[in-house]
Amino acid sequence: MRIELEKRPKVSALYSILSPFIAFALTIVFGGIMFALLGKNPVAALYSFFVEPLSEVWSLHELAIKAAPLILIGVGLSVCFRSNNWNIGAEGQFIMGAIAGSIFPVVFYEWQSPLMLPLMLLLGMVGGALFAAIPAFLKAHMNTNEILTSLMLVYVAQLFLDWLVRGPWRNPQGMNFPETRSFGVDAILPEMLASGRTHWGFAFAILAALAVWFMMRYTLRGFEITVLGQSERAGRFAGFSSRKMIWFSMLFSGALAGLAGISEVSGAIQQLRPVISPGYGFTAIIVAFLGRLNPLGIIAAGLVLALTYLGGEAAQLSIGVSDKVTRVFQGLLLFFVLSCDTLIHYRIRLVRERFAALKTDEAH
Amino acid sequence: MKKLLLALATTTAVLGFASAASAQEKAKICFVYVGSKTDGGWTQAHDIGRQQVEKELGDKVETQFLENVPEGPDAERAIERLARSGCGLIYTTSFGFMDATIKIAQKFPDVKFEHATGYKTAPNVATYNSRFYEGRYIQGQIAAKMSQKGVAGYIASFPIPEVVMGINAFVIGARSVNPEFKIKVVWANTWFDPGKEADAAKALIDQGVDILTQHTDTTAPMQVAAERGIKAFGQASDMIAAGPKTQLTAIVDTWGAYYVKRTQAFLDGKWETTSSWDGLKDGILTMAPYTNMPDDVKAMAEATEAKIKSGELKPFTGPLNKQDGTAWLKEGESSDDATLLGMNFYVEGVDDKLPQ
Repeated sequence: MRIELEKRPKVSALYSILSPFIAFALTIVFGGIMFALLGKNPVAALYSFFVEPLSEVWSLHELAIKAAPLILIGVGLSVCFRSNNWNIGAEGQFIMGAIAGSIFPVVFYEWQSPLMLPLMLLLGMVGGALFAAIPAFLKAHMNTNEILTSLMLVYVAQLFLDWLVRGPWRNPQGMNFPETRSFGVDAILPEMLASGRTHWGFAFAILAALAVWFMMRYTLRGFEITVLGQSERAGRFAGFSSRKMIWFSMLFSGALAGLAGISEVSGAIQQLRPVISPGYGFTAIIVAFLGRLNPLGIIAAGLVLALTYLGGEAAQLSIGVSDKVTRVFQGLLLFFVLSCDTLIHYRIRLVRERFAALKTDEAH
Repeated sequence: MKKLLLALATTTAVLGFASAASAQEKAKICFVYVGSKTDGGWTQAHDIGRQQVEKELGDKVETQFLENVPEGPDAERAIERLARSGCGLIYTTSFGFMDATIKIAQKFPDVKFEHATGYKTAPNVATYNSRFYEGRYIQGQIAAKMSQKGVAGYIASFPIPEVVMGINAFVIGARSVNPEFKIKVVWANTWFDPGKEADAAKALIDQGVDILTQHTDTTAPMQVAAERGIKAFGQASDMIAAGPKTQLTAIVDTWGAYYVKRTQAFLDGKWETTSSWDGLKDGILTMAPYTNMPDDVKAMAEATEAKIKSGELKPFTGPLNKQDGTAWLKEGESSDDATLLGMNFYVEGVDDKLPQ
């Protein structure tokens, strides 16, 4: 006996909408069972996961801060993935964007000007895009596998940042600790609202999502991305160049990752350190697929994922579960969402193993 | 103005909450960990300290912690969450939490903070650290007695002053016994990575060292040393289980004494900001039992430990030269703490170029 996934002839519109809710319900049921088995009150646990972080203003701000880079990178990646280009190295582009954007506040730290921030953001995008240009060039002209090259460049970026903050960019007044100067006032991305810490990075994320949504839906470019992604041959007949698309999609996603990088550094960290991202570039891949590669879906997905991080912390405190349990719970949620989505497009079929029966026949 | 009002409102809310809490329930003492509380090294040592607070002051306090908190914006949120949930005293136990601690402390002037191994303080932020290097000096002396070849291997994490200080103390200790003693250093660039640490250990042994010491957190180097049949020193926690026939001693972080002392001061309303840098005599670090060595070496180690505790012996005392042979400390002159805390040079006898 064997289990096969078989493509459904028709995708149910109703279940496409219901699927996230079913997944959520399943998570609650199984998560509740898990908490009960651990001897914790399931209601209190689920409350601290999903409600507590939303019940206070400061916590909503934290949610926006955590979600902003995920959404911004995820939106860029969705364009890439839709056009059938697999940029796995957003983490590296995030870091290189942050480095490029930090040139002015770190090296020319005495320069004060209202032009500082716009310049930093621009350089951040350029830095991310240039770093993504490496796998784009290699794929477009040498036919290399961009999954491999973009992924491996992440390590290059991480080590380059590490070298910078321990070497040439180390803060001369920092007691030899590996970090750059703190950014000046002009170089700090301001807060959006008076009520909390959310900086403009969150606005960039939402604007980027709306812009990409518009592009995918109403422009020729969006059509080109979709066609080339689904069938390169069909795209060629329509006069689209897949080589140009490689360049466009990689540079675009790289630029958004770079913007996320400099926004995070300028808005939240305010200096460079050996590690500036807890893996946003990789988590954003999950966010992109969780949002079904739809920019508006990605906003929701980014917020949900950020919520589970915050909820995990709240649960550690209020009911005293370990950090590992909260990770398992996060995994449960992702598992159910992705498997429910899979079952919209595929159905499970049990195939009886006939091979074994044949073999015994031959023996006679 | 709006911001000011909000800050006022928050403060009064926190104040109200704090006073209500102390009237009815136990004071909340909270900890932020960078790793898992069962990591077998750095974080576990802090968690053992937390448990000691529970044990000794459990009738007056309850403790809470957040583990695996990444440094950066996540740390800020984690610390703020604790401050808001009614913690009166918060220990942030990693160097990388420094700026986050200072920022949140400004927002919550009525909450007390203690930051480990940092250098920024505020009226409600104290720092604490341990003179790990005192243990390193003893290790160096043992190494010089035990090594046949006169070369030890040193697995280092990051070239920050604390680690450089440890390397130097080890060499100074070793050279006080054998003036020709040398060490080789491998930078693992990690605090916690069993694979990398094991590779570093193998590389060092292949280069001919016959004693191993580490400033990283896992027991992997100890296990490699045990396999290859050489002796080694443990770090942060007693690692005797990983090398029953291998470990000579270990520097064991025993934060509990400090945590109990400071928590008690907090309960008595006598908490004040300080920059505490305690050593062997205060019990903030202890040496694991001296094992797998002849009695005379053990006697020497114990004597040195006693001298450091009594203040008779200060590891960084001249005559000492820097790595390039230039003079650093004159005969009888001891280094001041500021130089140690910013240390970015090697002393004579280190066979390595300090990453700059």
